This record gives sequence, C-alpha cells and structure tokens, in this order.
Amino acid sequence: MLREIGVESLEDLFAGIPAELRLKSPLNLPTALSEPELVEKFKSYAGKNSSDLLSFLGAGVNDHYIPTAIDALISRGEFLTSYTPYQAEIAQGTLQAVFEFQTLMCQLTGLDVSNASMYDGSTALAEAVLMAARISQRRRFLVAASVHPEYRAVMNTYARHQDLALTEIAPAECGSIDVVALDQRLGADVSAIVVQSPNFFGNLEPLADLAGLAHRHNALLVVAVAEALSFGIVNPPGPAGADIVCGEAQSLGIPASFGGPHVGFLTCRETFLRNLPGRLIGQTVDTEGNRGFVPTLSTREQHIRREKATSNICTNQSLFALMATIYCSLLGKKGIREVAIQNVAKTQYALSELQKISSLKLRFPGPRFNELVIELPVPYEAIAPKFQEAKIIPGLALKAYYPHLANCLLLSFTETKSKADIDRLVQLLGSVA
Amino acid sequence: MKFPADCVYTREHEWVRVQDNVAVVGITEHAQKELGDVVFVELPKVGDTFDTNETFANVESVKAVSEVFSPVAGEVLEVNDALAASPQLVNDDCYGDGWFVKLKMSDARELKDLLNHEEYAEFVAEESAE
Repeated sequence: MLREIGVESLEDLFAGIPAELRLKSPLNLPTALSEPELVEKFKSYAGKNSSDLLSFLGAGVNDHYIPTAIDALISRGEFLTSYTPYQAEIAQGTLQAVFEFQTLMCQLTGLDVSNASMYDGSTALAEAVLMAARISQRRRFLVAASVHPEYRAVMNTYARHQDLALTEIAPAECGSIDVVALDQRLGADVSAIVVQSPNFFGNLEPLADLAGLAHRHNALLVVAVAEALSFGIVNPPGPAGADIVCGEAQSLGIPASFGGPHVGFLTCRETFLRNLPGRLIGQTVDTEGNRGFVPTLSTREQHIRREKATSNICTNQSLFALMATIYCSLLGKKGIREVAIQNVAKTQYALSELQKISSLKLRFPGPRFNELVIELPVPYEAIAPKFQEAKIIPGLALKAYYPHLANCLLLSFTETKSKADIDRLVQLLGSVA
Repeated sequence: MKFPADCVYTREHEWVRVQDNVAVVGITEHAQKELGDVVFVELPKVGDTFDTNETFANVESVKAVSEVFSPVAGEVLEVNDALAASPQLVNDDCYGDGWFVKLKMSDARELKDLLNHEEYAEFVAEESAE
C-alpha cells in the first residue's frame, strides 16, 4: 500500500508531522487479550455496577415497567436496521409505524398534528420555541423556572444565536408558575409562555388560565411534558388551550439507559402546521385505491427548502417512536389510565407517610402527578452515606440546579415501587432526618 | 406566455398593476409554470409593511417553497383570501383571481425601476436561454 501511494516507509508517510509532536515511545496500553480474557475483564467491570439499588430518581427520566413485547417486536430487522426512509414509499411498514405514533401523540396531547418525533424532550422544547418565534414574529419568551433545568439549558443554546430572549419566571409557593409575576411581564413583545406540566417539581400548571393569559396578549402557550404517562390521568393540554405541546416519551416503554437515547414529540394546532419542524407522515391512497403512507409537506424540510427550512432536523427517532407506539397499543386507553392511577396512588401514599415525619417539609403543596419535593433539615450530603449503606437512592438533590432549594430532594414514585419499597424509604428518612 | 401590457415586472418574477394608486401584486405566468401546482400560499396580514425586495409571501408548490418579494415598499391594504381555499388560482389565473396583495405604495416613483412587459419578456427569454 505504501508503494501505491508513493512513499518508501511508514516514517515517510508521517514526515509532515513535526518531530517534537510525534510520540517516541509505544502507546501506554495493556497487552492484547484473547476473547475469553476480554469477556472476563468486562464482566469484572460490569460487576462494579450496583444492580440492587432501590431508586426513587425521576427528574425527567422515569422508572416504568416495560412490557417484554416491545423488545421482541422492535428487534425485527425491518425496524431495527432501517434508517429514515429516503426511498420512502417502499418503507410502508416504517411509515405506518410513524403515522400511528403521530396519531397517538395527537390523542394524548389533544392537539391536531404531530411530527414524526424529535431527538428528545429538550430538543423538542427548543424547536417548539423556535416555532413559536416564527409564528408570532416576536422574540421574547417567558419561561417557567420550573421547566426542567436541562431543557432550559438546551433551549438557551438554541436561542443564543437566534436573537431570542428568554425571561425566567419563578414558581409560586404552591410550585406552579407565579401567575401574578407572569401577568406583569406579559406584553406585545412576548412570543409565548413556556411551561412544563407536570413541572420539574412534579406540580401541575394551571394550563387553562395560562392559555387565557397568553392569548389575551396574542402570545402562544407552549407546554412541555417530560412525564408522558401523566397523559393517562391529567387533562390533555390541547383542549386546555395550549398551542404547541412537546416533550419526552421515555415513560412510554423506553428504558432509562443512563439518560438516553429517548424520543421527543412535538404537536400543534393545525393552523401552525407549516411551521412544524421535521418529518411528517401522511395517509393517502395509491393508484389502485389502497391505503398507503407517504412523507408529506416535505417542502418545509431542509433537503428541499435549504436554509429557509423550518429546522435543520431532517430525520426522526423512529425506533424509539416505535417503542412508544407499541407501548400505547399494548396498554390501550384503559391500560395507560390504570398505570397513571397507580402512579398517583403510590405518590399520595408516599406523601401521607412522609408527612408523618415532623422534620420533613413538603416544599410545593400544589396538585401533582408522581413526583414531589421534600425539604430535609440538613443538606442531603450529610445523610447520603446512610442511604448508600442501605442501597437506596432517595431522589435527586436539587441544590445543583436550584441553589435556594439547597436541602431539597426531588422524589419519584412510579408503578414499579411496592408499598414495601416506599415504607423502606420512609423508615430510613425518618431515622436520619 | 402572456405578460400583460398594463403591468410592470420584477426580475424575481412578480408583477404589479396600479389601480387607483394601489399596487396589486402577484406572480407571473413564467413563475407559476416554473413552480408547478401551487398547494399553499402564505400571505401577510393587512397592515403589515414591507420594504422593496423584502419577502412578503411564500408560495408552496408540490416541488418547492418559494419566497415572493415586494416589488415596491408599502403597506398591505388587502390580501387575496380566496387563495387560502383555492391556491390553484395562482396557476389558473395568475394576473387575475390569483393576485396576492394590494399595497399602498410608500413611493410610486419606485415603479419606474421595474420592467415593462416587453423588457420582462426579453428578460425571461434570456434567463431561459442560459
């Protein structure tokens, strides 16, 4: 090969790299291992993971039961190995799955149209904000501080070079957005009110009131939903007046996987259809009158409209959208509602038990789905070793995200937690707090 | 192709017809043929103002989305609401029922900078030859 490209030796090939930059000794790497040795080595690494922890972590990635049918179905090669269909019409199965996903997202959010999915909840919200700016032709956004801190970070990254201004509105004592402060800040420059519901603290936002406020100022209401399972019991945002509803569908059959990959969704009113970013699959009939599926309204997209496209997202998160689609199909309306009710019931049980501990304080008492914030009498770090010893992760310490909530923990209670699990947590909290 | 003599034209393929000091604006027969079947027209709101050459509308065909530029500066007095339900009017009757907006011109002298129907016909012929 060296001869083919016209050099004498390997040294000649790297002659262009100055001598002082070149490595003179061999790389500091262990010697090669045989396959069985390698497998043993990685098993020993894997053994360092704790798999027997009882975790009440939520905060945007939730621990829900995943029906085994999902893995079995998505493992089919037709789904598992296919990429976004560029030769679209021959990929009818993929297109139908995406079409069903869109239909389900519309049914869950109560809005008219959904795109083919986004990367995750945070990018879905960032795109929703860009979309609202295009629709309103205004640049300012009033963003609840109770929107997931990482969603806000992604939104800031997107907004920074788009000349968009994000103004944070603090929560009221109950946990939902401070409507008085919000009302004072609203004006003709505001593109949209942006909230998350259930918000980062687990509380529900008064969406109908917020929609009324936004619309009075010709602004939009953008709602992010990080816990999609809440749709099973909480009134959908669409009929409450939300204009764009986006979020994260991880709760619908997708493993936590250290925080991703997951799948985002983005839905809106039909009037905003042409401002919706990303792929969109439509239903049609072929020349023989048979039902079929096609990518539609592609003229909004980057591969056709170039720099004037609604977004540079030219793909979707198909496999994970399929997982959410299978989850919803398996459980059905009644099943999703049943799981959601279990989440509420377990959270309420946990809350009633936690409130028996006098040193703990419920931080945000407003209505909630499956998460709550408690204030400890001491910083969490002070009692963390006790929890490590007991193999319990009680929740997320909020200090890193909200300095004023220094002693607060965010806890999540899903259907995967038994009464005994909750009792174990409460008992330990009672003994150390 | 038809390029009516009572209109003036831009090199971006818009036409302007002045009626009672109001500029009626649309896209030319050449433009609609290049676009193909028009499926959606996004129009501005009454009261919006535009500078010369500013994008004031978008035309979506089955092939592409194209921007439509304001031939003269002015304020939108009226938009063709019929295009919402019947975007194909742009294909069927681009100089008549397929008009886009009526503008109150900021400076009618700007019209002098535009092409007359003969100059435009020549421009289209040259552009097509390239």
